[in-house]
Amino acid sequence: MTDKAERQYELVYILPPDTTEAQVTELHGQVEAVVSRMNGQIEKTENWGRRKLAYEISHQKEGVYVLEVINGSGELMKELDRRLRVMDQVIRHLIVRVDEEKKVVDRTRSKRVADSQRRRVKRGLPPVRQPGEGRPAGEVEEADDDRFDGVEV
Amino acid sequence: MAFGQGRSGGSGGGGGGAGARGRGRGRGRGDKKTGDKEKGQRRPMFRRRKVCKFCADKIDDINYKDAKLLGPFVPERGKVLPRRISGTCAMHQRKLQTAIKRARQIALIPFVTE
Repeated sequence: MTDKAERQYELVYILPPDTTEAQVTELHGQVEAVVSRMNGQIEKTENWGRRKLAYEISHQKEGVYVLEVINGSGELMKELDRRLRVMDQVIRHLIVRVDEEKKVVDRTRSKRVADSQRRRVKRGLPPVRQPGEGRPAGEVEEADDDRFDGVEV
Repeated sequence: MAFGQGRSGGSGGGGGGAGARGRGRGRGRGDKKTGDKEKGQRRPMFRRRKVCKFCADKIDDINYKDAKLLGPFVPERGKVLPRRISGTCAMHQRKLQTAIKRARQIALIPFVTE
């Protein structure tokens, strides 16, 4: 693993609720400029639109959320963080490194699939669950029942 | 010594046996009742077996962006629901904790509600 450039980060930033589409794209352009200048790339951009904030941030009760998934170096994110902090149209932002967690999640998921396939083959079944096999969907209440479903002391 | 013998004789003798037979029904019901009582006493101690939600549902990724998933673990006050109440396993509680803390930073979940 060449640990310099290839890390994956998620950046979420919140804009005031009265931001127009044009302003959102403009800000996205600014982020993109920084990213491409520092040899990163934006993998995905998601606009969550207007959402209610759980608490007031700079006297706003709502905000426009934008998520960017960025591949790049730590220096790039440092620079982005600095810039976002200075911009006054961004009322809140969060940068999280995700590549390692993602790897762990993928590993556990593939391990679970492999395990179940191995067990099924051992039992003489085809490795993948067939449609119509096992308990029908309506019968899962039992399992549901002893799961946590609210405050219980 | 004599007193003890007398008592044992009384309960083991014919009289005792007749009494038991005579009140057979009554005692039966009584037995049942005590059984119920025992159950009744046990019930408050009985707990539904708690299962970690994330293990049971096979949720690998506890993501801070998924406020709906985190919601049930953040009660009224805005605190993190303790493990002893939710039944979450240690590993998932740790992941849940970081996810909740991140979600708070971007105002998906409140820090406190008064």
